Amino acid sequence: MTGALIDLSFAAFSLVAIVAGVRVFRTDSMVRAAFYLLASFAAAGGIIVLLGAEFLGMVLILMMAGEMLVMAIVMVMYMMNPAGLNPMVMVHQPRTAVVAGVVAFLAIAGVGLSGEVPSRPAPNPAAATADLGRELLGNSMLVFQTAGVTLLATMVGAIAVAAPRGRYGDAAEGSEEPGLQPDEEASA
Amino acid sequence: MTTEAVLVVGAALFGIGVFGALSQQSFVMLMMGIELMINGSLLVLVAMWARAASGSPDGQMLAIVFMTVMAVEMSLGFALITGVYRVRRADITEKLRKLKG
Repeated sequence: MTGALIDLSFAAFSLVAIVAGVRVFRTDSMVRAAFYLLASFAAAGGIIVLLGAEFLGMVLILMMAGEMLVMAIVMVMYMMNPAGLNPMVMVHQPRTAVVAGVVAFLAIAGVGLSGEVPSRPAPNPAAATADLGRELLGNSMLVFQTAGVTLLATMVGAIAVAAPRGRYGDAAEGSEEPGLQPDEEASA
Repeated sequence: MTTEAVLVVGAALFGIGVFGALSQQSFVMLMMGIELMINGSLLVLVAMWARAASGSPDGQMLAIVFMTVMAVEMSLGFALITGVYRVRRADITEKLRKLKG
């Protein structure tokens, strides 16, 4: 791609990523929020592809597409008002949060703009992807395997946490709110 | 597309994520904020890899670790939402004033 086209696509992707990211928290419908987040991720994946990490960008988009569908289902299952039929404002400490977000943005952007980025660009994308493949199954195989085992442990943990019955009985057992009177339980 | 521009976009995504994670009451929306923060850092990481690391594959390895963290955060978050809902019927943070049962 030529330079102008790259600049144009980068501008479009950045706009989509940021606007969709803001819309995630400004929409009434939680399902729509999930799809806005997916749009934001897809645009970020596009920027990553533009930067030359084609494999990572596509993996990010694929992973997020699956994740957002799960997210939409979870919202419909558990959350109130998932369809956005009523206006929804579910925030606490909004002012503090806005200030914290703006401060985080300004601080990180300031560091990014004030620092000097050394210019040692990556080789062409095909070579970069081939390098990554060799690295994954070569020097960094331990990292790769550790990530895999971590994901396996996460699966086991997630099932253990979400299961209705644990090893020692019902998951809800012993989790009821204690009574208001301290003697209530003793006398019962 | 200058490197600085990508860094600013990444910082913006991170800032939006901070706002979301601090302000949202619903568990899932809160997780969306965390995801946006990780996404912003991932973008900055890849930008630095592409422009300043002479294409060393270690940078891409670190990005893969980031993606693993995203997946772990999501799946454990959903599991915790399921567990909390089962026990407390809670879907927003305000309903969990006491963590111990």
